[in-house]
Amino acid sequence: MSIPVYILKRILQAIPLLIIVSIMSFVIIKLSPVDPLAELKLNPAISPQTLEAEKERLGLNLPVYMQYFKWLTSALQGDLGISTSGEKVITRLMERIPNTLLLTSSSILLTWLIALPIGIFAALRWRSAIDRILTVLSSIGMAIPSFFFALLLLIFAVKSGWFPIGGLTSVNFDKMNIFQKILDVAHHLVLPVLVLSTASLAGLQRQVRGNLLDVLEADYVKMARAKGLPENKIIYKHAVRNAINPMVTMLGFEFAALLSGAALTEFVFQYPGLGRLILEAVMKLDINLVMASLMMGAIMLILGNLLADILLKLVDPRISLN
Amino acid sequence: MKKRINERSLRSIFHRLLKDKYTFTALTILVTLYLSITFAGFIAPYSKEFSDRHLSYAPPSKIFTITPEGKLSWPYTYNYKRTFNPDTFKMDFKLDRSQLYYLKFFSKGDDYKLFGFIPCNIHLFSLDSPKGRLFLLGTDINGRDNFSRLLYGGQISLTIGFIALFISFPIGLLYGGISGYLGGRVDNAMMRLTEAIMSIPSFYLLISLAAILPANMTSSQRFTLITVILAFIGWAGFSRVVRGMVLSIKKQEYVDAAKAIGAHPLRIIAKHILPQTASYVIVAITLSVPGYILAESGLSFLGLGIQQPDASWGNMLKEAQEYINVINRPWLLIPGGLIFVAVLSFNLIGDAVRDILDPKSKLN
Repeated sequence: MSIPVYILKRILQAIPLLIIVSIMSFVIIKLSPVDPLAELKLNPAISPQTLEAEKERLGLNLPVYMQYFKWLTSALQGDLGISTSGEKVITRLMERIPNTLLLTSSSILLTWLIALPIGIFAALRWRSAIDRILTVLSSIGMAIPSFFFALLLLIFAVKSGWFPIGGLTSVNFDKMNIFQKILDVAHHLVLPVLVLSTASLAGLQRQVRGNLLDVLEADYVKMARAKGLPENKIIYKHAVRNAINPMVTMLGFEFAALLSGAALTEFVFQYPGLGRLILEAVMKLDINLVMASLMMGAIMLILGNLLADILLKLVDPRISLN
Repeated sequence: MKKRINERSLRSIFHRLLKDKYTFTALTILVTLYLSITFAGFIAPYSKEFSDRHLSYAPPSKIFTITPEGKLSWPYTYNYKRTFNPDTFKMDFKLDRSQLYYLKFFSKGDDYKLFGFIPCNIHLFSLDSPKGRLFLLGTDINGRDNFSRLLYGGQISLTIGFIALFISFPIGLLYGGISGYLGGRVDNAMMRLTEAIMSIPSFYLLISLAAILPANMTSSQRFTLITVILAFIGWAGFSRVVRGMVLSIKKQEYVDAAKAIGAHPLRIIAKHILPQTASYVIVAITLSVPGYILAESGLSFLGLGIQQPDASWGNMLKEAQEYINVINRPWLLIPGGLIFVAVLSFNLIGDAVRDILDPKSKLN
């Protein structure tokens, strides 16, 4: 199967999945004892006309399944309703999604850049003192709760003054030139990325190490050794490549874990991402926004998994896309 | 016969866990933690509700064993006195040296229920006068003793994961078992549901579910529902793996034999197929406890889990959210440290159990 056909097939498969997800989130929200319009009514900035339109759009006086279809049809037309702040849900989501993608993708990048060399290094020095130390460090990295680590780093930032305390941009961001802007964002990203990378870094490092240890025992590695290939070539040309392949599927899982983990980290660092948006929405019982963010989270997760599978196909020609 | 083998292998697992020095330390830590929360009422000098409004955010009590004259003495402590410092606009805590309080061991104090049902009022330690305040790890904003609340909070934080496991694992096992055994369309439909649950980022689902809980619940109702929510998030991924294993196990001949006898499918699944997944299940259980602990504490940290006045390590750490608070009062970070230690210990043991049951794995 060629890649475009495969993508198409996967997207078609995702549709029933998303419908189930939407039914589930709809049921969750309907279980909530809160009047979805209560917050809107309290906001004086929202005119009675908007409120009436919203009532009509949600179809609150209709039976539950009709309400679901109403939500579905308006969502398919791109109308996700308005948030309690009076803004359109879709604009609020679009503000936040790029930030979350920026955070998660830089975390994935950093994780892989560090985990690969460390994992290889640990495998080549299996059972040595440094391997033991790395194992202990990765256990610590996996065990530290992200929100606790984030708090510690925040305190570090306050005490040292080296890093900005939360947010994504400085106050005078608008006055900066493009180069300064990039630096500013990067500066703000350091600590949240560090938190998110730590946990996945530890796990990935172990996986790389474990896989490489397995591969190093494979027959073709023994064969290469017997043939008298230099050790460097055996490791980097034959073993490492095969050890990394199965890790690519983990990218999808990693993305899922990052989306989840990001919510707490974003909360502590006051980072304007999707995780914090849904958290705020959940706390303010902003029904439209919760519903839309759940769906958006699911879509991003499915796309992330799809990307990981395609990437696997690209790096490993033995994989067939069926 | 089979049972005896299982018992022996369980014993050998324990034996090997005790031999390794890392896992031995981890086991010791966990046993200490669980013993302390079991005897929380006895060890804690105060109840979890006790509060002294005049001493909010008091630092840890200082315990002296040497008098100002330089003589050795029975341990004693002074109360703190709170004064407002007009220069820094902060509350200063100074020792009130006019009155000293001696420590007493195994003395009578507040009533509590040991193990939740035996009425008792003996405490491990307290002060000789009810006016004395012994805050080993300082107090929180309401002037409640952190040390006592950590013990009571541990009762929730360290047990909620296990209870959730007892809900999610049987469901996951049965669901995965049925789906894998029946196969075909049923399998397809059943797996779509697990995929749907798994395709919502779990923390998003967790907070949405927690947020719809009505606010006016009793604390035990809330505890139960949070447990159910945690279990609901956890079973899907597990049941998928079980299903995968069942798919291959059901092709074995003894399953055909059981079918030929005419055994009921549920009996075949529960009696003949699922026991084959035991070693995976044991590993999965030990490795997933920390996840549940982290989920509960994360939820409570955000204010969506266990609510005040109940304590859990997550909701105690909530006070550390404001960094200004922590810089002056570092003892507020202790619950986070405890979560970390507990999770680390569970991880170490989980890894070791996996290595024992799956000797091929080289992750460690």
